[in-house]
Amino acid sequence: MRPAFWVPLILFLGLVAAFAVQLASGDNPHDLPSALIDKPVPNFDLPPIRMGEAGLKSEDLKSGEVVLLNVFASWCAPCRIEHPFLSELAEEGIPVYGLNYKDRPQDVATFLRELGDPYAEIGADNNGRVGVDFGVYGVPETYVISGDGRIMYKHVGPILPQNQDDLRKAIAAARQPEPQ
Amino acid sequence: MRHYIYFAGLVIVALLLSFSAHAVAVDDNPLPDQAQEAKARAIMGDIRCLVCQNQSIEDSNAPLAKDLRDIVRAQIAAGSSPDEVKAYLVERYGDWVLLKPPLNIRTLALWLFPPLLLLGALLFILARARRTPVNQGPTPLSDAEQKRLDMLLAQNAANSHGTHSGKEGTDS
Repeated sequence: MRPAFWVPLILFLGLVAAFAVQLASGDNPHDLPSALIDKPVPNFDLPPIRMGEAGLKSEDLKSGEVVLLNVFASWCAPCRIEHPFLSELAEEGIPVYGLNYKDRPQDVATFLRELGDPYAEIGADNNGRVGVDFGVYGVPETYVISGDGRIMYKHVGPILPQNQDDLRKAIAAARQPEPQ
Repeated sequence: MRHYIYFAGLVIVALLLSFSAHAVAVDDNPLPDQAQEAKARAIMGDIRCLVCQNQSIEDSNAPLAKDLRDIVRAQIAAGSSPDEVKAYLVERYGDWVLLKPPLNIRTLALWLFPPLLLLGALLFILARARRTPVNQGPTPLSDAEQKRLDMLLAQNAANSHGTHSGKEGTDS
């Protein structure tokens, strides 16, 4: 058999292999990598959702320990799915900060009353500009931030049961001092 | 008849109006300066809407696309160059936010693949063309073939002259 005979078959099998690898990886092509991984959190200073409470500013995220920043909104249905897991993490002592994206104060209050409030502090991003600075393109999104205020990991979409391990691993990795 | 002309005119005007309505999203505030607005719009056409992912922010009515349009307009109005505006967005959303990927080390394969494929195809065709000899008219019959052809022709001639059955005689 001439070698040229096998070329189309080999090309085809190569394609099949490429597709199979991508399908089996379980990666959602809609999940974009963050451009801000390993970069310091952008500077911001947001008002609270309720008068008299503390808002949220970049310094709060540079607390010396690993923290989470969760982008959420009361109008966001998937946010309700991940809410119990955020509460679980908060109970374990991991500070969870909230970036409340384009929401109304009374709606957030109802949301937190119904589902519980895992957030150490919440900043109200009413026009979504801080969201843009973080590269947010959908709600919810969750960021793991190192003690010195760098973004170590980003999860797009709700943290489903199958994502919980990855998030915990990312938190553990962020706690490890970087090998020099 | 005149009614029809009026009607046709009305339809044309309605069509023109609907096209101009498409040009700017309803909730947008175009910049007052025409030149600046044109500049901003050119940038918007190059920026991917991250929610819909295969539309530019100029075409998309996603809320995030509107936010990004506002940002582009504000920065152009503040005197930023198109490259500065794009750099601002790339810093936040990565190269992916550009509909046309930039040429860098990570996109090298993407940019080089089509010309390399074309080159490969050309080389393949050239190689094939050289291997197959150019057609120089029909090959002459070998001695055996010629002999057999003469025999068949002779047989055919004999049949058509002999029986007149017409079954084998195609020339009758």
